[in-house]
Amino acid sequence: MTACRTPSDLVERNSFVELEARARVRALLDAGSFRELIDPFQRVSSPWLPRQGVVAQSDDGVVIGKGKIDGQPAVVAAIEGAFQGGSLGEVGGAKIAGALELAADDNRHGVPTRAVILFETGGVRLQEANLGLAAIAEIHSAIVDLRRHQPVIGVIAGGVGCFGGMSIAAGLCSYLVVTREARLGLNGPQVIEQEAGIAEFDSRDRPFIWSFTGGEQRHRTGLVDAYVDDDTHQIRHTVIELLARGRPAFERSNQYKRYLGRLSTYDARVQATPEIVRQIYARGSGHE
Amino acid sequence: METFEFRYPAGQPAARCVMVGVVGSGDLEVLLEPGPAGHTRIRVTTSVDGFGRIWQAQLDRLFESDASLRPAVEIEINDFGATPGVVGLRVAQAFEMLGSEVAGSPT
Repeated sequence: MTACRTPSDLVERNSFVELEARARVRALLDAGSFRELIDPFQRVSSPWLPRQGVVAQSDDGVVIGKGKIDGQPAVVAAIEGAFQGGSLGEVGGAKIAGALELAADDNRHGVPTRAVILFETGGVRLQEANLGLAAIAEIHSAIVDLRRHQPVIGVIAGGVGCFGGMSIAAGLCSYLVVTREARLGLNGPQVIEQEAGIAEFDSRDRPFIWSFTGGEQRHRTGLVDAYVDDDTHQIRHTVIELLARGRPAFERSNQYKRYLGRLSTYDARVQATPEIVRQIYARGSGHE
Repeated sequence: METFEFRYPAGQPAARCVMVGVVGSGDLEVLLEPGPAGHTRIRVTTSVDGFGRIWQAQLDRLFESDASLRPAVEIEINDFGATPGVVGLRVAQAFEMLGSEVAGSPT
């Protein structure tokens, strides 16, 4: 990551975080190759939200774009963080799972479609409860299926971050890309504070939260593969580089024994610091 | 949650579909599709109850002037508490994109 040093860098670069989901998909795909699956005009939105007095969005907060990346077939799934906190319901979840399943089918029929998932999500949509959870489980299996053929790349740019069941989806990706604005965690700050107490985790302390779950810390602890600026050009090039690398020799999620071994050395009586966490993850590096 | 419907005179049918915005806090999405010649229909779904008169006033202001010049469209608005100013900007953005080359959100 190259640090942004001058105000003109900030003005001239093209922020990815500020883009809406559809614009993010367009920006990652080769120019002119974007074709949306189940676009807003097909009116496949949540049947559950209006019954609960919540205004639905025409695409249910998920944009699926087929096209090419660096000349190769690709599908990009983007979650719109501004709609219901990027929560995944029945429709949006099925769109992502279906897109990944189609990509796996492509591969079984000789078309090497790769997938990129743009996470911006608090996890399951509480108003859709079990239907959202089931959809997220389908996304998990679809990622594991597709990554046997092609790398599945997750990008957490920021705004919302990536939490809940979708943080597991991120953990299943072959490669993860984050910015400094990104956060990745199973539980969000308020939930951790509620469960562990404010003395252990103060959900109002933003620098503290980012020091544990922010993109930089996740990169330093080896839980993500690329740490990039909030720059559309850089993010697209990083995705292209990772796709060109092909499938990783070891999927991160298959190394759970190594991670569990490290975590078992942690003394829970001591208040964790970001430095302690980095030391835990630095121990015994190497693959199993 | 409330829904409203408004109708205005218009010109010839729009050439294509355009979608802008997000159903996010203080924002709205606008879906614009070709309508029958001479007629524009707007269906509004809003999360904030009790503002029917404000919607009427703001959309009257936007659609009653130079009505015959505006393309005929079917508009769906899904609102999450946008101010009248934001509504005006999003509608203007949608019509501007109707005349531009790339459909969908700007990149």
